Amino acid sequence: MNIFVCVKQVPDTETKVQPNGDGSFIETSSIKWIMNPYDEFAVEQALLVKAANAGSTVTVVRVGGVKDTEALRTAMAMGADEAILVEAEDNLDSYSIAKALKGAIEKSDKTPDLILAGKQGIDDDCLQVPQVLAEMMNLPSVAVIVGFEQNGETVTVKREIEGGALEVYEVKTPCVLATNKGINTPRYASLPGIMKAKRKPMQQLTLADVGVSADDRRVKYSDFQLPPEKPPGKKFDAMDEAEQQKVVSEVVGLLRTEAKVL
Amino acid sequence: MDFSLSPEQKEMYDLAIKFAKNEMIPFAAEYDEEGTFCEKQIKKAWELGFVNTCIPEKFGGNGFTLLDAVTIGEALSYGCMGMYTSIMCNDLALTPIVVGGSDEQKEKFLRPFTESPKLASFCLTEPGNGSDAAGIKTTIKDGGDHWILNGQKMWITNGGYADLFTVYCTTDPELKHKGICALVVDAKSEGVSIGNKEDKMGQRTSDTRAIQFENVKVPKENMLGSPGDGWKIAMKTLDHSRPLVSSIALGGSQRALDLASQYAKERIQFNVPIAKHQAIQFMLAEMQMKIEAARLLIQKAAWQADQGIQNTIAASSAKAFAADTCMQITTDAVQIYGGYGYSKEYPVEKLMRDAKLIQIYEGTSQIQRLVISREVLK
Repeated sequence: MNIFVCVKQVPDTETKVQPNGDGSFIETSSIKWIMNPYDEFAVEQALLVKAANAGSTVTVVRVGGVKDTEALRTAMAMGADEAILVEAEDNLDSYSIAKALKGAIEKSDKTPDLILAGKQGIDDDCLQVPQVLAEMMNLPSVAVIVGFEQNGETVTVKREIEGGALEVYEVKTPCVLATNKGINTPRYASLPGIMKAKRKPMQQLTLADVGVSADDRRVKYSDFQLPPEKPPGKKFDAMDEAEQQKVVSEVVGLLRTEAKVL
Repeated sequence: MDFSLSPEQKEMYDLAIKFAKNEMIPFAAEYDEEGTFCEKQIKKAWELGFVNTCIPEKFGGNGFTLLDAVTIGEALSYGCMGMYTSIMCNDLALTPIVVGGSDEQKEKFLRPFTESPKLASFCLTEPGNGSDAAGIKTTIKDGGDHWILNGQKMWITNGGYADLFTVYCTTDPELKHKGICALVVDAKSEGVSIGNKEDKMGQRTSDTRAIQFENVKVPKENMLGSPGDGWKIAMKTLDHSRPLVSSIALGGSQRALDLASQYAKERIQFNVPIAKHQAIQFMLAEMQMKIEAARLLIQKAAWQADQGIQNTIAASSAKAFAADTCMQITTDAVQIYGGYGYSKEYPVEKLMRDAKLIQIYEGTSQIQRLVISREVLK
């Protein structure tokens, strides 16, 4: 099977995000990048499918800045066979990214049997790219999956819905699946894996190579701002019972009128 | 000059830090309290390639440089200094085979360590001989087709779990350095008895034992080099292992700084976080300065070893400086935490206890200074 995994490189979860000078994006010069955590589930699932289907290959594809390549290198250290990197700014919109991924997958010498991606990037939380990509490639897709079982040409996937219930889908391959936490436990990359990844092929393409131009951009960031600082909470000290009754009704009132949570 | 790690080294560090945070830190306090041996962590670390970094590619190893190894060592020690002491113990025990063994011996003794998570111990120190390592009393006698080994070794890391010992012994204690031999001994040999686990102040997860050898028959082909080569092999091993041991102190120091600076931002006294007080700021700055200096020294000592440059001064400087630094930084971290720091509810008192051992094992801070001054006065 030819398995493609779309991965995104996102700022480490411990990063203190700051808007850049003109507010067009975040300051990226000193960011430590990691593979988007939801994409780790997609890479792991791809490696599990590969192990169950002799002769399979796992290709990881990423669209973004080329200065750091942590996400692709980590995926290859985990066991992916090769990587494709499409050079682009890190703040592209979902439409352009999906189009670039489609271009990169179609440009490769392999016809996809399965395309996996994390359900969302933990930086901008758009939850769009896998579905847009599936639509562009005219493939079926299921997003937010927590279960995966392969039966020949079809896969049975589970997705969690409101209230913790599960929906079960049978999907024909090729298809696009977006993984959620719970589907598997991503393996650690190993040290020998890191050494081997050095020798694995990483193809670099430009947006033009994959048929994406500036006109494809549907959404542009206009301003990045930090959220306003939270005002301090109200404190009520220990008190006798009569006082307590009074204060409780006061607090309930405030929760209704001021905080508007009741 | 280039001070940056390679992309692979950065990835190794990231992987090891992830491992430290997920697999070591959550268990460190409990293992310390109960004295539980970190077998699970060693097995997982072995699976990811963190153990036996000294074994060359030719014999099944990963072909790491010492600079790779100290990068990994710092990250894992960030998780727990005691656990990493037990993880890196194989490097200490197997390096004598790497530096002093024949290809046949390397194939026979090193390969099994790459095939399953076995442990090995380095047996130099004796009840009566620590710093005066050349005064060892453990003897071998020629028994025809084998050696007969007699004596006692002390403070042997992983002693209760090891499959193999590299034992330093002498054909004649009167010969001092010139009589020392390095012998590979199967831990299951008849006549080997293992003492109880030592109840230590710190690094309590690491297994430490006394080992007794009583008329142990060791095959002739298990000697590294010739009789009398042992001292040279031990010294070469220490040049290699000192940067690695220093990385334990570095990882522990970094952890102490991270915890102390985090706490200083949260703890309010006189209506402001204590991080706003210059007394605390200066302590944190001092920690950062020394950590940076220790890291550079360790990296230089490791780099020199990788380049085949005699690294005695850098390696001993790194060991003494990193160990003393770790002791000071962990003590200051307890100080910044105040009363809470002295309580076992918080993680810094353990760091202080763990740090003390690094000033003692693998050549005390005083012995390192002796080594350095000898080089200076040459």
